Amino acid sequence: MSSFLIHPLTLRLVSVVIAFGTWEYLGRIPISPAFPTFLETMSALWGMLMDGSMISVYPATFQPLLIGLIISSILGIACGVFMGLNHKAEWFGAPVFIVLQSAPLAALIPLLTFAYGIGLTSKIITVCIMSMPVIVLNAYTAVRHTPTSMIEMGESYLGSRRQIIMKIIIPAASPIIYAGLRLGAAMGFIGAILAELLITPTGIGDLITYNQSIAEYDKMYAAIFSIMVFAVLFIEILERTEYIFFRPDKRVTQ
Amino acid sequence: MSAAAETVSDNAQQIAVEVDNVTKIYPGGVEALNDMTIHFPKGELTSLLGPSGCGKTTLLKIIAGLLKPTAGKVKVNGVDVTGPGKERAFVFQDFALMPWASVIRNAAFGLELQGMNKSEREAIAEKYIDIVGLKGYENLYPHELSGGMRQRVGLARALAVNAEVLLMDEPFSAVDEQTRRKFQEDILEVVDDEQKTFIFVTHSIEEAVYVSQSIALLLPRPSRVSEIIRPDIRRDISPDAIRRDPVYLDIVERIWQGLRTYVE
Ligand SMILES: Nc1ncnc2c1ncn2[C@@H]1O[C@H](COP(=O)(O)OP(=O)(O)OP(=O)(O)O)[C@@H](O)[C@H]1O
Ligand SMILES: [Mg+2]
Repeated sequence: MSSFLIHPLTLRLVSVVIAFGTWEYLGRIPISPAFPTFLETMSALWGMLMDGSMISVYPATFQPLLIGLIISSILGIACGVFMGLNHKAEWFGAPVFIVLQSAPLAALIPLLTFAYGIGLTSKIITVCIMSMPVIVLNAYTAVRHTPTSMIEMGESYLGSRRQIIMKIIIPAASPIIYAGLRLGAAMGFIGAILAELLITPTGIGDLITYNQSIAEYDKMYAAIFSIMVFAVLFIEILERTEYIFFRPDKRVTQ
Repeated sequence: MSAAAETVSDNAQQIAVEVDNVTKIYPGGVEALNDMTIHFPKGELTSLLGPSGCGKTTLLKIIAGLLKPTAGKVKVNGVDVTGPGKERAFVFQDFALMPWASVIRNAAFGLELQGMNKSEREAIAEKYIDIVGLKGYENLYPHELSGGMRQRVGLARALAVNAEVLLMDEPFSAVDEQTRRKFQEDILEVVDDEQKTFIFVTHSIEEAVYVSQSIALLLPRPSRVSEIIRPDIRRDISPDAIRRDPVYLDIVERIWQGLRTYVE
């Protein structure tokens, strides 16, 4: 019984129930007429799923999001690893990404639309600006912190530079690289929605703004809720791929 | 110390590793080794014994080619050391196992880096995993092993590449006393069987006296070879008899007297 109570799944379920319970409670007080209860939101979600109005907008949101995330992941990991391996690249790159990480996105968007218009490109860049810095900085830190003795081990057994990078440094860095990817993915979701709110209303961002403007708050929250669910699922899948590709040792204990 | 080399053996013997006037100053300014000269004879086990921080690991890493000396040179089989080499294998004080690799992959990793194909290298690794007593653990990961078992994986990895010179940095430090004794006997056998040169760092005086043909006592501040002792204990009697042998006990006592001023 007690082992059931502290089982990770039970704990997760309890935390979800508490969060939704609080939401329901706050909605019923109500703290604001613009704040629907959890159950109202869920029924709106169900309605939007059934009449297709939600599913039809997702491709528009996912297009810049996925393209942006793929670019940030590949480019971000490559930059970060390179910066971790090469001091010159570090001195050149680290300040750029540290500044980008703290840059106020809303202030940059007018510049982006000025340069790239209000189409897909600007939205992809928004996603990249949000997600890439944390991916780069994590990859870079991870590579920098590879245990010295493991690298010495590779050298003493005559590994080539390439072997040491591929067989030792990258797998050793993979947990922190993946932590960066997960944070980056979450930031990318935020970026995609921000782009739709601030550049042109399309996709799920349009659904949010539109329902807000006609005071259908339950639908607005349903739209926000759905994107959060996608973000969580996406991050969960990402974590699985780490275990499969890089860290079979972690899978054993799961 | 005189200008003459501190050869740990009579001159008739061939020298496997020569360390000549090696000084090592770390970037922070710590002088870990100061003008150290020491020669290691072929086919023997030489222990480096000395208090913590006297530069044993530093010396071993310089011989391995992992660190560059600030001054002086190292030769292995008469050839200058400029980096790591195939004829040397290193057993790390902190094991340096890859947590994401199974026991067998870790043990075969030296061969993997040489480009040997998988079935061949795993067959060799298997043999050495057996020798170090880890048969049946091939598919576990390092975090599932005890400290002593991890150390044995590091040992198997070093043995698998079949190097002439084995550089062992406290290879038995994480092993319990019983296993340690078994290991010491195993290592004596390996020294007898294979014409390999062992340079062996240890903190245990008893261990050094028991397993070594010669012992180099290192002292800190400044780091130097204070004495070379050849235990010459009888090996024709049982291990337990050796440990009660007055000659053995005398040598242990003599080394302890030499070191104690640095411990107190
Ligand atoms: N990477 C490093 N940078 C600066 N100083 C170092 C470094 N490695 C070791 N030292 C210093 O060099 C000295 C010798 O260190 P070393 O690791 O060789 O000692 P050791 O004899 O192996 O000690 P132990 O028995 O505790 O393993 C110490 O004073 C240590 O502080
Ligand atoms: Mg040491």
